[in-house]
Amino acid sequence: MSSLTGKFNPVVSRRSVVAGLAGLGAAGIIAGCSNGDDAASEGSSSAGSASGATIKIGGIGPTTGAAAIYGNAVMNGAQIAVDEINAEGGDIQFELNFQDDENDAEKSVNAYNNLKDWGMQILVGTVTTTPCVAVSAETNADNMFQITPSGSSTDVIGGQPDAEGNISTPRKENVFQMCFTDPNQGAASAQYISEQGLATKIAVIYNNADTYSTGIYQSFMSEANTLGLEVVSETTFTDDSATDFSVQLNDAKNAGADLVFLPIYYTPISLILTQADQMGYAPKWFGVDGMDGLLTVEGFDTSLAEGCMLLTPFVATAEDEATQAFVETYKSDEYGKGETPNQFAADAYDCVYALRQAIETAGITADMDASSICDALVETFTSADFSFTGLTTAGEAATWSDTGEISKQPMGMVIQDGVYMPLDA
Amino acid sequence: MEILANIINGASLGSVYAIIALGYTMVYGIAKMLNFAHGDVIMVGAYVCFCAVSYLGLPALAGVLLSVVACTVLGIVVERLAYKPLRNAPSLNVLITAIGVSYFLQNAALLIMGSDPKSFSSIISLPALQLFDGKLTISATAVITILACVVIMVALTMFTGKTKMGKAMRACSEDRDAAQLMGINVNSTISMVFAIGSGLAAIAGVLMCSAYPTLMPTTGSMPGIKAFTAAVLGGIGSIPGAALGGILLGIIEILARAYISTQLADAVVFAVLIVMLLIRPAGLLGKPVNEKV
Amino acid sequence: MGIKVLSPQTRSTIITYAIVIVAFVAVTLLDGMGLISNSLSGQLVPICAYVSLAVSLNLVVGVSGELSLGHAGFMSVGAFTGVVVAGCLARMGIESELVLFVGAAVVGAIAAGIIGFLVGIPVMRLRGDYLAIVTLAFGEIIKNLLNNFYIGIDDAGLHFSMKDTASLGMNQGTILINGPKGAVGIDKISTFVLGIVLVLITVAVVLNLMHSRDGRAIMAVRDNRIAAESVGINVTKYRLMAFTVASALAGAAGVLYAMNYSTITPSQFDFNQSILILVYVVLGGMGNISGSIVSAAFLTVLPEILRPINQYRMLLYAIVLILVMVVPHTRIYQRVAETLRGRLRKAPADAAVAAEGGEGDE
Repeated sequence: MSSLTGKFNPVVSRRSVVAGLAGLGAAGIIAGCSNGDDAASEGSSSAGSASGATIKIGGIGPTTGAAAIYGNAVMNGAQIAVDEINAEGGDIQFELNFQDDENDAEKSVNAYNNLKDWGMQILVGTVTTTPCVAVSAETNADNMFQITPSGSSTDVIGGQPDAEGNISTPRKENVFQMCFTDPNQGAASAQYISEQGLATKIAVIYNNADTYSTGIYQSFMSEANTLGLEVVSETTFTDDSATDFSVQLNDAKNAGADLVFLPIYYTPISLILTQADQMGYAPKWFGVDGMDGLLTVEGFDTSLAEGCMLLTPFVATAEDEATQAFVETYKSDEYGKGETPNQFAADAYDCVYALRQAIETAGITADMDASSICDALVETFTSADFSFTGLTTAGEAATWSDTGEISKQPMGMVIQDGVYMPLDA
Repeated sequence: MEILANIINGASLGSVYAIIALGYTMVYGIAKMLNFAHGDVIMVGAYVCFCAVSYLGLPALAGVLLSVVACTVLGIVVERLAYKPLRNAPSLNVLITAIGVSYFLQNAALLIMGSDPKSFSSIISLPALQLFDGKLTISATAVITILACVVIMVALTMFTGKTKMGKAMRACSEDRDAAQLMGINVNSTISMVFAIGSGLAAIAGVLMCSAYPTLMPTTGSMPGIKAFTAAVLGGIGSIPGAALGGILLGIIEILARAYISTQLADAVVFAVLIVMLLIRPAGLLGKPVNEKV
Repeated sequence: MGIKVLSPQTRSTIITYAIVIVAFVAVTLLDGMGLISNSLSGQLVPICAYVSLAVSLNLVVGVSGELSLGHAGFMSVGAFTGVVVAGCLARMGIESELVLFVGAAVVGAIAAGIIGFLVGIPVMRLRGDYLAIVTLAFGEIIKNLLNNFYIGIDDAGLHFSMKDTASLGMNQGTILINGPKGAVGIDKISTFVLGIVLVLITVAVVLNLMHSRDGRAIMAVRDNRIAAESVGINVTKYRLMAFTVASALAGAAGVLYAMNYSTITPSQFDFNQSILILVYVVLGGMGNISGSIVSAAFLTVLPEILRPINQYRMLLYAIVLILVMVVPHTRIYQRVAETLRGRLRKAPADAAVAAEGGEGDE
């Protein structure tokens, strides 16, 4: 009956296909062996101009697939920093090679190995959390210094006990984060809501197929319990069902929630806001750094986002000179092609500048091998007098502890008239 | 009242699945292939409409027409280049080719349109319906989606039942060789089916993005799979079956989320599907095929 | 010349094993000479896992003739079971990586086999595309359930919850599976040698099954179910047998895969993963085991070879996929192949095959 399972009767003999493939495969493996040095450099790399000795920075993130927006943001942000530093013509010159991982742990490890063949000395990445956990295990084994702009799970750095004191991975000493950790954000959000008395009844909508979202949700809940916040509705969605939110919104509405906490990325948030508007539900919305980017979605009616609150390390509309310059460069045709940078881009930009500062402090040179660079950088990053001020540190000096976490304060922002305003003001 | 609201929301979601499933089922019924690239044609349709309205400043209706035309052409071109050479090849080869086309469309869209999501402003600007003193709100998009689904289903049923082309399609579906012997041009009939299926995909894309306004290169893939499920549920090859299967799937999905668990909703939907198929192995409206020895 | 006197079946069996062993020896030698790039050596274990998955899926799709779209689901059952088993064994103080791996692989295979059997009982009532959709559905259900599984271990033993980690009620333990975060902190104990051993075991199981009485019954059911039934073959039993064996082998491959990365998540074993494995099988040829091996290895390496062209590589991958399927069916290709075959008729048969295959590169 079925055409699919009827007779299999290939016109061309199977063997010819196999032999052809074998030929291709063999050619591929040979190419795979020999392309170690030259292949990668044809990619998105840009060599330093001033001197011959450049430090090779690798970057990994999804530049294709559903998460491509985050990978592209990091790639552009890091590239801007590298180009700026090289243009200054100082002693330290960088070369960036950014590889795609499609937001997949396997591809990410492949990309890492590819970058090792290229001669990578420092890794900026990876962008998304699950691949980052896999790659950080590899860098840890290789003693390769890794700083991730956005891999926010505690499993990335390891060694962090959860609320019950259970540990899932030991500390990876070579891995540092530029972003807040997920538990950090969840707890900070709960504290903020409690301190400011923003709500009496809270609803949470989170993505229960996503590491980032679930991580924030879990820490938010445990902190909310401690603080005595009343959470009346907890609903979830998955990437496969991120279209219709009527049920989740109805649940929140019927439970009488006056604030909805959204520890998710901004793409589903834009859908949630639109659908809530259609059903006439207007609670307060509270997001985390994943909400940043909402205002830049092309075609999105920003009036729906009016009054949304979020904790974020970076706002593209900030008035300070550094941010303005960065945003302008990012929008140029060479990088974002008109897109507005989000916090991923800014975190990546900061990663490269933090690296330069640390390299200067530690006196690292391009001829050192990855392992000795790593030892020197770890020592610098964790030393008491090393601090870094960048786009995402709210104008204050951020430091790193030997847990790999960054100490910086998220800025509370509220959307008013289509722009971010500080919440406290 | 709440359950009614949920059912209407489900029917609206389901109607989107249904329109996609109609395209699936047409292509399957006549060309006997699972066109896994169908979901990505939806995405192309939505992007074309988005560009026409946002960048060219065309009125919404012109945008829809343009996207239908673009997808129809795309459907014919893809059929000609990728599927036609495989007319006599094993059907799994065609399936893999369709997957290749799906990857191609997604990655081409990524390169052309970029990775950032676009928010699709609804082409429907009518006010929502208020029933029972405002206790029940039905968005205009939902009403139009459901209506469109029913109209398309009826039109397709009449087309395949009454017109000459439709009859030719049915003949090709029954027995391709015999149809050829009767003087039917099988190749052009199959091209026609792809044209219709892809045109429907464009409409589905526009309606889906009007109801759920996020547009990314991967937007079409999951609805595509759900619609495939719906088509099988209704009995693949059956036009009313695809519509029924789609709407039922949407309602089950929303009800499972509302009354069982949001966390396990996907599992519940697929479990219901399995149970239904075990009770009626050829789908709800599918014809059980008796095998001859 | 000796190989020619063997039966075609024995010859293809020898060739199949030879491909695996030659590949192993070649890679080991090249590695010894330092000629293998990091990029390739990092892919050796996943290649072995995908080869095992392709060979096992070929048992279902090629040998048994059922279209399954949920193979990744069985892979994930094996992978997550394996992680839990390895976690338990490690907690019990077992340090030998070999014991950990073998224990995990065996239990993972058994678990996946059991799930395959349970899924198979209802599924085998269906046929054709309905079977395809039900396997797809089971794959999605497994993924969705695993997203809600929380498993941890402490001194009191294993803890299980479907809510969150807090309700595990653990005390200073290790969380093995953490819902959507999946398993983290997996010890990387998979090696290329273990991978090759698993591939050989998979190939041996599948080939032996194919060439046994049971295998002939399975193929008889595929070719003509009614005829097979009429000569007294228990159709459901044989279809179920192929399905269960394939699921168990997929489970073992899942363990190999999981133990190569420090983290796995339920969402990575999705529909696309199942499709990917199906592509290997179709490209390699239905029921052709050596074809599955070569195509799985080739298609795993291909996206990495295409890395230099960066953002265009997935586009090119798609085009290659379409061309490999379409080109052998075009008239021009067939004419060229015909001419070549005519010219080479006097040459040894094997050379003709190689030349003809070489056309596939275009």
